[in-house]
Amino acid sequence: MTDTDIHISSEPLVEIRDLYFSRGELPIFKGLSLDIRRGQVTGFMGPSGTGKTTLLKLVGGQLKPSDGKVYIQGQDVNAISRASLFELRKRMGMLFQSGALLTDLNVYENVAFPLREHTKLPEQIIRDLVLMKLEAVGLRGARKLMPSQLSGGMARRVALARAIVLDPMMIMYDEPFTGLDPITKGTIVTLIKQLNNVLGLTSVIVSHDVEETLSIADYIYVISDGEIVESGTPASLRKSSSEWVQQFLNGYPDGPAPFHYPAPEYIQDLLAGR
Amino acid sequence: MTTRFMEITVGLFVVMGAAALFVLAMNVSNFGSLSSKEGYYLTAYFENIGGLKVRSAITVSGVRVGQVSDIVFDPERLQAKVTIKIDNDHDYFTLDTAASIYTAGLLGEQYIALEPGAEDDTLTDGDEIEFTQSAVVLEEIISKFISNASTS
Amino acid sequence: MLDWLQNIGKKSLRGFESTGRAAMFFVAVVRGMDVALIRFRLTLREIYSVGVLSIVIITVSGLFVGMVLGLQGYVNFAKFNAEESLGIFVALSLVRELGPVVTGLLYAGRAGSALTAEIGLMKTTEQLASMEMMAVDPIRRIIAPRFLAGIISMPLLAAIFSAVGIFGGYFVGVGLLGVDSGSYWSQMQANVDFSGDIVNGVIKSVVFGIACNWIALYQGYDAIPTAEGVSRATTKTVVHSALAVLGLDFVLTALMFGDI
Repeated sequence: MTDTDIHISSEPLVEIRDLYFSRGELPIFKGLSLDIRRGQVTGFMGPSGTGKTTLLKLVGGQLKPSDGKVYIQGQDVNAISRASLFELRKRMGMLFQSGALLTDLNVYENVAFPLREHTKLPEQIIRDLVLMKLEAVGLRGARKLMPSQLSGGMARRVALARAIVLDPMMIMYDEPFTGLDPITKGTIVTLIKQLNNVLGLTSVIVSHDVEETLSIADYIYVISDGEIVESGTPASLRKSSSEWVQQFLNGYPDGPAPFHYPAPEYIQDLLAGR
Repeated sequence: MTTRFMEITVGLFVVMGAAALFVLAMNVSNFGSLSSKEGYYLTAYFENIGGLKVRSAITVSGVRVGQVSDIVFDPERLQAKVTIKIDNDHDYFTLDTAASIYTAGLLGEQYIALEPGAEDDTLTDGDEIEFTQSAVVLEEIISKFISNASTS
Repeated sequence: MLDWLQNIGKKSLRGFESTGRAAMFFVAVVRGMDVALIRFRLTLREIYSVGVLSIVIITVSGLFVGMVLGLQGYVNFAKFNAEESLGIFVALSLVRELGPVVTGLLYAGRAGSALTAEIGLMKTTEQLASMEMMAVDPIRRIIAPRFLAGIISMPLLAAIFSAVGIFGGYFVGVGLLGVDSGSYWSQMQANVDFSGDIVNGVIKSVVFGIACNWIALYQGYDAIPTAEGVSRATTKTVVHSALAVLGLDFVLTALMFGDI
């Protein structure tokens, strides 16, 4: 993270241009434009409910934007056929918040699942690959366990092993730190960093855990109200002049982001009941 | 649960289902007698067929020999035309065979009883049974009975 | 008044929307059937969970329904000295109506609700979404094998139900109440038509199989991904399946036996 200027100059893998998306009447994104660069860890931060997960789903082509374009390697995700979208997805891993392991398969079979679905590799090679990936997340010994027997952090690590088993070019993490104890959190932070450096992945992290995200991201976008409030390297973000960003990073209860949900004047509301 | 156990139980299930279908076909329905026997067709005209239906039984001395295959109303003769199918091995019906519609029990199903006559020649496919007796309709008997009682 | 009209309009629009989604879902499942057929092992596993695991409830219910039919039929036929007709009564009731219908209802309760809960839970825990992100089509990989398994299982279960029921009726009628064994079977064989009754019963059960599995899988797939949403979808599956089975039964009966 020392030499961020070099990273910024690397070419973008994902380009988002003028993205509009709304859920029912509620607008989620109002003209979002951003780049995710190759080989970097890009972080998206923002309060709950700003559609960070939605953004990942838009990148993965699971949701269609109401306007605007998402390009991955220059391909418009929403214009290509379902078959080529699936081809693209084989090279993208996604780590869901809950891990999203298949509950009727054990750890080994879960990690083997993408291989079995997409390749016709002999059993011996599948075994080698699965054990390699499980070793990378430190759970080679847990291969016989069922997902229900795993703790939250273990499930997430297994899901990580599954996400990298096809050696993707990009991996998206949806709230990877939420609900974990400090030790496990540390493990996940280290794993994300290692995988990014060792495998040369492009990583996208969506999170509202400020410290963890700042510690590993190369570039960060802060999103609120469907727009980018601030972007930059972690260091520049900390020095941001925006009051809102300062409130978010330091967790002040009140500020530009109000503590109160919009409501009529308190006194009048109380009196109105009479 | 091993894969082997699962596959065995599924196999067992399919065999059970097939066996059940087989029982239904061979033991419960007329499939066993239906498919094997070829038959020939005769026609008979009745003034009134009562509750006779397609697939009603044809019997001789109470033994089932065939079934009704078709019932239509003939507008020229103003009678019901009943086509019956007789199994091929019952080829002894003489030209003067009589067909009567009877009821099994008081409220039971109606069927056609055939009574072979004395002639030498027998009926063959497409022939007509000339001597017929219509179904007994309960209301007719009752009204006859009442009118007889009132006149005497 | 206007509110009331608006309410009706809103509800019917939502109904159309849901019907449309269900229809598109059905088309997608049918088109995604290739994996279920090629990798039949996937379907086999589902036949186990919807078919094999339903055998016990189907067999026991069939036995009792048959025994009740035997008892009720005997009591009523005995009034007209027509006990020999017991076999016809038991067999026709089971083969034409009760076999497919009760099997459909039990299936909706036993297997249909389980399917909805399973799929709904997979949706809630993002398993379906994660599969999509792994470039695996959940309709092909998860839904279609279950659909096929259900359609295969239903006629088999209905046949088992009817056959067991007929023996249940035999046990009560012949074994306990003294109806002549020969007339029980011969009257049955003389009056139950293979193509008219048995085949139509099987057709009914296949149709019920399609309806029940469609409803169950659609409700699971369309469930709101929360615990409450899944439990509501499960309830809907049972209610809708029961209504569909009974409604379709009327339509099919009218089409098949209406002219007799």
